[in-house]
Order: sequence, then structure tokens, then C-alpha cells
Amino acid sequence: MRVNFTVNGRPQEADDVWEGESLLYVLRERMGLPGSKNACEQGECGSCTVRLDGVPVCSCLVAAGQAEGREVVTVEGLAEFAEDRAKDRAKNGAEERAEDRTEGCSGTVRGSGGASASLDAAQRWRAHGTDSQTGEGLELAPIQQAFIDAGAVQCGFCTPGLLVAADEMLERNPDPTDADIREALSGNLCRCTGYEKIMDAVRLAAARQSEGV
Amino acid sequence: MAANGAPTTITQGSQTRGGIGESTLRPDGTLKVTGEFAYSSDMWHEDMLWGQILRSTVAHAEIVSLDTSEALATPGVYAVMTYDDLPTDVRTYGLEIRDTPVLAHGKVRHHGEPVAVVAADHPETARRAAAKIKVEYKELPVVTDEASATAPDAVLVHENRDDHHISHVPHPNIVHRQPIVRGDAGAAAARADVIVRGDYYFGMQDQAFLGPESGLAVPAEDGGVDLYIATQWLHSDLKQIAPVLGLPEDKVRMTLSGVGGAFGGREDLSMQIHACLLAMRTGKPVKIVYNRFESFFGHVHRHPARLSYEHGATRDGKLTHMKCRIVLDGGAYASASPAVVGNASSLAVGPYAVDDVDIEALALYSNNPPCGAMRGFGAVQACFAYEAQMDKVAKELGMDPVEFRRINAMEQGTLLPTGQPVDSPAPVAELLRRVKAMPMPPERQWESSEGADVRQLPGGLSNTTHGEGVVRGVGYAVGIKNVGFSEGFDDYSTAKVRLEAVGGVPVVTVHTAMAEVGQGGVTVHAQIARTELGVTQVTIQPADTQVGSAGSTSASRQTYVTGGAVKNACELVREKVLEIGRRRFGSHHPAWATAELLLEGGKVVTDGGEVLTDLVDVLEDEAVEVEEEWRHRPTEPFDLRTGQGNGHVQYSFAAHRAVVEVDTELGLVKVVELACAQDVGKALNPLSVVGQIQGGTTQGLGIAIMEEIVVDPKTAKVQNPSFTDYLLPTILDTPTIPVDVLELADDHAPYGLRGIGEAPTLSSTPAVLAAIRNATGLTLDRTPVRPEHLTGTA
Repeated sequence: MRVNFTVNGRPQEADDVWEGESLLYVLRERMGLPGSKNACEQGECGSCTVRLDGVPVCSCLVAAGQAEGREVVTVEGLAEFAEDRAKDRAKNGAEERAEDRTEGCSGTVRGSGGASASLDAAQRWRAHGTDSQTGEGLELAPIQQAFIDAGAVQCGFCTPGLLVAADEMLERNPDPTDADIREALSGNLCRCTGYEKIMDAVRLAAARQSEGV
Repeated sequence: MAANGAPTTITQGSQTRGGIGESTLRPDGTLKVTGEFAYSSDMWHEDMLWGQILRSTVAHAEIVSLDTSEALATPGVYAVMTYDDLPTDVRTYGLEIRDTPVLAHGKVRHHGEPVAVVAADHPETARRAAAKIKVEYKELPVVTDEASATAPDAVLVHENRDDHHISHVPHPNIVHRQPIVRGDAGAAAARADVIVRGDYYFGMQDQAFLGPESGLAVPAEDGGVDLYIATQWLHSDLKQIAPVLGLPEDKVRMTLSGVGGAFGGREDLSMQIHACLLAMRTGKPVKIVYNRFESFFGHVHRHPARLSYEHGATRDGKLTHMKCRIVLDGGAYASASPAVVGNASSLAVGPYAVDDVDIEALALYSNNPPCGAMRGFGAVQACFAYEAQMDKVAKELGMDPVEFRRINAMEQGTLLPTGQPVDSPAPVAELLRRVKAMPMPPERQWESSEGADVRQLPGGLSNTTHGEGVVRGVGYAVGIKNVGFSEGFDDYSTAKVRLEAVGGVPVVTVHTAMAEVGQGGVTVHAQIARTELGVTQVTIQPADTQVGSAGSTSASRQTYVTGGAVKNACELVREKVLEIGRRRFGSHHPAWATAELLLEGGKVVTDGGEVLTDLVDVLEDEAVEVEEEWRHRPTEPFDLRTGQGNGHVQYSFAAHRAVVEVDTELGLVKVVELACAQDVGKALNPLSVVGQIQGGTTQGLGIAIMEEIVVDPKTAKVQNPSFTDYLLPTILDTPTIPVDVLELADDHAPYGLRGIGEAPTLSSTPAVLAAIRNATGLTLDRTPVRPEHLTGTA
């Protein structure tokens, strides 16, 4: 069969797709996007996590045909996706502020609550003496840069799925508590890090987001 | 034609120094967060086929008939191969003993053994064709434990052994046996005021690396093959692959692809030979990727073990003696079992000073899944048991368990049971002191103004308790792991280092065959090159077999050994550069002849800091290149009767304190905190060091309360080969892991460093067990602990 859907903002088409192929297989083997990973292919590890019409899904459990006509975001498109979102927010924020002025209000855009890390606390985790070209010349989403800076990447096989899941959580919950982070990422297995540096990375991205944007 | 997804050369460099001791960031970090890093399962080649392996559905059987005709006739299938299609007389492989058939020959010895391979134009076609191969099995009785392995009428797993261990083992179903006797444990027992015995069981753990076994074999025009593969040791693979293919080693060109974790599970071959065979048979590139189900059958596991211990102690808390017997189940093929026996026996007493010991460790052949290397390698099983014993003895004496350990802690100069002195710092008591001194996590941290946050409680989001029936416990453990390959193995590594001026800037290129499996060796190699050659820009070339062997990425050895090789090669390059400098500029300044010269910040400087010249002016158009092997000091085998011998290179120590909360009604455990103190000698990259310690600690937590491959004792069949049924710690199961890093230099090692990757996996498990015992008062003599063991319903 032929399948059409949008991947990372661009229309894609795949021919001769066998009906049993997963979205993951079509992304990896037919569209040249192997960033989404194939660690368990049974929906337990989360390394194949992509956004399907905005919702994080295990692409190994989605039949390719189910994606027909829909929008998919993979790790390869995460930086652009995050950048577009930031632009939209800046634009909407400007409009909101304009409305605020007409109504004579001066409220803050974003509320906060819970016991999330401050920027200072989060940045304690930042590596010192950074001298790699990591990130140089390449636009990264804040969560991607935070994973590098916090040492959250070892073998890296779980990383794409975790990035998509963590980015989606921060979109919904920009100021997460540690328990919120753990709950949101509980569908993503990592075998290398013991998750501590992943926690650090998400705290760091949240803190940079709240102070920087 | 290069395969798509071939590894990218990684270049690092910018303004800052980035030498050893700094937390420089991974050079492959950007590729890994953007999804561009090419893992072995991401390889792609135009016109490639997919390989599929047919595996046995029974554990022990004769193959009565094998019919591939229907599979071969399936449209889209290019080849089906069985034992009879193997091209040479070399039809087995193995790390130490070549006992593993490439494809089953008339018999299968474990559930999931490869029987046939298929190549087709779509992975599903290959899978369906493999399912059409008709295999008729005649089942044989299964050997599943020591009793069935060594009974008088026991079925032999391997009938005609001719390996070098057969002459000293008491039974052909025993792969290797190592006794270690020092002093007189029997006589010393008479001095003991208390004697404590215990029998323990350690379950079969899976490495569960997330990147599945996979690779791409591309047939070459010269009759050879190019193999892109995820492994831990390229040259060990090569030695096993080439003879089966009937090719000289230089016609099997191996390149390391991205490796999605390893933890010992990639020491043995998996699909390497199968992919090459199919590629050579079809003349087309062949990719094989295991799914998770197959991965559970496709690599060896951590040996399950039965351990029996006896310790004696005097009233004042001094250990008098130790006797133990450790039975490891090696499964159907030898893999790394002999070396695991060596570790388990030589480290069986743990990091304690005990003069009178009587130790026996052995590994069985059985029809259970083959077991071999996994992080901690024999030392893990022993640590679980001797640390349980330490708590038991302390309790018997009415002593604090940490104080009891302190009294008996090994120090620098203490003799191991093998008679080998520990000739570097052994801060066992200090690590325990440090881990005990860490602040305790607050009590009842699930309580908040809005009621109980169930996510912080045993049972978590299942909402099984709001704190009722929840009891806290605290436990301690400490362990000792050897670093590097032991027992006389020639454990060398090779590094090629090149220094040249590119566009007016000095650039170093480091080329080794070290398998980067996630540990961060590539980061460290660049740091070493910067430190030794004073150059900022370092390029790390992809690992392949075009350079000499780097040895295995195992035994916590790569930073020590390949790091040592890179350091050594850099030093030789520096000598050559200074020689050129003396020739060209010697007459310009007397310091060229008289002073100690260094390379720093791209310049030649005296040890007093005076700049003599720019490095690029010395180099001009000349590239200085050195490829050199490097060895740590040699070791020797253990005596086969007494176990005496200087078998080890170096040791690594870690201590843990576990804090757990147990729902005693449901038997659910929440690990609240797992603190670790470890001596790392010298932290070359502190961020990576802490990452290794936290990762290793978590794997220890997994075996304590979650992870076990369950094998049916009646059929020897694996019951839970999936991530649905084999439970790995998630981020919700894993607590905060505060780490205290101690740096006491080992003067024998480069920069004083210690191999660090494995030690945290040892003491983590017994610390969690000790904490659960502390909370519940139960004995708990097996791991993992499951709810039924805590509620008395097992």
C-alpha cells in the first residue's frame, strides 16, 4: 500500500508498504529517519517515541497505515519543532501582553508551583571546562543541549525517545517537580545512566526555559 | 562503496584546554541527541537483504531431520543455510574454548540455539520463511543444576571435550574448577567464638543493553567482506569469524558501528558470522537485527550461582576464617565461564583481611542458557553472599555491621586468598565511613500538604498504600573488583597517534580499535591527547581492524589500558617532535639541550614555562605518527590446586548505603536512596565517572529486586524473554544516587587511575538486600527479592 503523512513538517510518501509494517519501520527503513530507535518493538522501552498529531506514542505499536494523513515529529525534527514552538509562544506572548495592556493588567505569563529546581541549582550540574564542538553549528532544542551538558547521554540508544518524551512534558508542564519528571519519563527505559543525569538534564532544560525565554 | 550509516569521524577542539581531570563533553553527544549517530541497527545499503536466524524451540535434542525446501521456495528468499552449508571445517567459535556451533550440528544444547539462517528482501519475508523450515527434534534429558550435571548417570552436555580444562575438572559437565587454599581454615575455626553459615542463590541477570544485536555485512570484490558491527572487541571477533568464513583476517574488514550499550553481553559473537555467511552466499549486503525476544536468546547472561559460606569470628569482631563453595551455572557453552570462575574464587572473601581460607568455585555445563560476561563478572555473585554473611556475623556478635566491616577491612598490603598483596591504596574502611556519613534522606517524604504523593511510596502509581504498613530500612555493603584481564592473559592495547599542522593549527588524530559502547572512552582519549601534546584539536577516528587490537571493552579496563596506550603513543610522538625541534632550533636557545621540554598550548615550553617556539613551526609539513602496543604489568595464572598466584592487575572498591521503604503487607519495595562512595584513583572525566557509578549502581538495584531470567527447571526453557516480563528499573524505580568520589592514586596505573565501571554494580545489590532485611527482619538468602519472599507466600 501507499502511505502519506507529514514528518517533521514535510509531506512524505512511502510505496509498497506491507500492511503489517509499523510506523517505526517505515520511518527507519523507508524514509531514511533511523533516529527513532528499535530497542524492544513491543512498547515497553520508549526508545521509538515520536509525536503523532502532538501525542507521544511508541511508533513500534502504531501501524504505518494509522499515520495516514497525520503529523509525525521525530527526534530528527525536534530542534525545528522546538524552535517553531518558541516562536509561536513569543508571538502569542506578545499578543497576550498587548491584550494585557488594553485591559490594564500586568500578570505574568507563566505560573509556577511545586518544588522544581531553580536555574542556579540546575546549573550546578552543568559540566565545567566544556570544550567540545558539541552543538556548534547545529541548532539544538533546549532539551537536546541539556542532555549533552548534564552528561545524560552514554550509549545514547534511549536518548531520542527520552528527548521527545521530555520535550513534550516540558511543553505541558514547564515547571515540573522531580516526581512529575519521573512519572512522565517512566515509559522510557535507560540501561546506562541510572537516570540521575537524565533528571539533571530535564531540570536544567526546565530552569533554562523559565529563566531564558 | 561505503555503507550508509558508516561511522563518522569525530573532531573535537576549541579554545579551552580540555585535558584530563575536566568534565569535557562527549564528542558524539550532538550526533546522539539529533538522531544522526549511526548504530549498528541503523546501517543501510542499497539492495541489501535481511537475515533471520531460526532458533531451537527446545533445550536439548537431537535434530532428526531438517527440511528447508519450502523456505527456500518462498518468493523473496535468496538463501537458506544450515550446518551443511558452512564453507570450511571450522564450524564452531568461542572466546576461550571453541565449543559453540555456528549452526547446530545434529543436536541443540539450549533453548534458542541457532539452527538455520535465511536471507530475504524484507525482514518479514525472512521471518516467515524461517518459520517454514521443518525441524524434527528428538528430545533428550536436560541438565539443569549441579545435581543433574554430576549424577553418576548424568547426560554429558559435550561428549568429546578436548579443551585445556578437561584434565583438571572432576566431571566433564564442569567447565572449570578453581580451589584456593591459604592458611588452615579448619584449625582457625577452633579459635572462633561464633560461626555463621549461609546458603545463597543469585538469579540469572540479563545485560539488557537497549541497542539490539545487529550489523551489516557487505561482500567485497576481492572475495572478502566488510562488516559493520556493534561489539566489545573487534579483534577477538575477527579471530573467531575469519576461519569459519575461510578468509584470511585481512579480508574480513571490521568497523565498529554505534553500540547501544554492552555490559558484557557483546563479548561473545552473536550474528556476526551469520551475516557474513549470507552476504558471501548471496553476493549481496545482508543486515541482521535481533528483536528483543531474540536478543534474550542471542547473548550470554550473568551466571546464576549457588553460594555456601562459613565465616568465624572472635568476640572482639575479628574474622578467624572463611570457607565457601560457589557453583556457577555456565549453561550450554563455555563463553567466559573459566575466567568468571577465576574472579569468583579469587575475590570470594571480599575486601577483608582473612588469613585462613578454603575456597572452591566452579562453573557447570548445563542445558540452561549460556552464561558469560556481565558487568562485575563473578565478583558480583560473591559480593552478594559475603556481604550477607558480614551482616549475619555482626548480628551474631551484637556489633554494628559497619563497625564489624571496619575491623576486618582490607588495607594496602593485605594478602588476597591467592597470596597476592594488594599493592595500591585499599580504602575500604574509609569508603564505608564516607557513605555512612552522607546525610540521610528525610523520613516520610511522600507526605505533602496535599496528602500522600503515591509516586514516592512502594507500589507507586498503583496507589496501594498511603503509608500504612510501610517500614524503612538501611543497609550497607562494600566490594572489591579486579580491573583488567587476569591470570596471565596478555592484556595489551594498541594506539596510533598522529600529530600534524593543518591550516596553521596543530591537530592530533587518535586511532584505536577500542569499542566505544557508551562508556565515554572517546572523550577520554581526546583529553589524554590534549594533556600529553598540548594541542586543543583532537580527531578520534572510527574504531576498526585497520589498527592493532585494543583488547576488550570489559573488565573496567579501557581507560587504563587503551587510555594507557594513547598516553604512551602520545609520549613517543612528543619525543619525536622534540627531536625534530632540537635538530631545527637547537642552536637558537640553550634550553633545547638542557631543559625538560613540554608541549603546552600549541607551543614547546620548558618545564619552567619559557616558550621556545610554536609547535607548528617545529612540524612544518611533517606529520609525526606512532602506532604502538602498550601493556600493564604482567600477571600469572592461579595454581590449579592451591589457587596461589599474582593473578590480578588492579582493584576497584566501592561502598553503598541503601535506604528502602517496604510495604510489608504487599511485599513491595521502594528504594528511597542508594548512596555510593568509590575510590577512582584519578577521575579523568568526573562527569563520566559519576555517570558510570550511577549506572552501575542501578544495574545492582535491578538484580536486587526486579531482574531475573526465569528458566523452567523441567524443560530448561526461558520463560520471560521480553521487557514485559523481564523487569528493568524504570526512572520511577530508581532513587537518587548521591556519589562521593575518592581519588587515591594507584602508582602503577596511568595518571594513578582505577578502572571504575564495575565496582558499583557489586555492592549495590547486597546493600539493598541488607536494607530490606533491616526493614523486615527477614533472612532473605536469594536475589532478586520478589513480593512473595517478603509476604511469606513464596
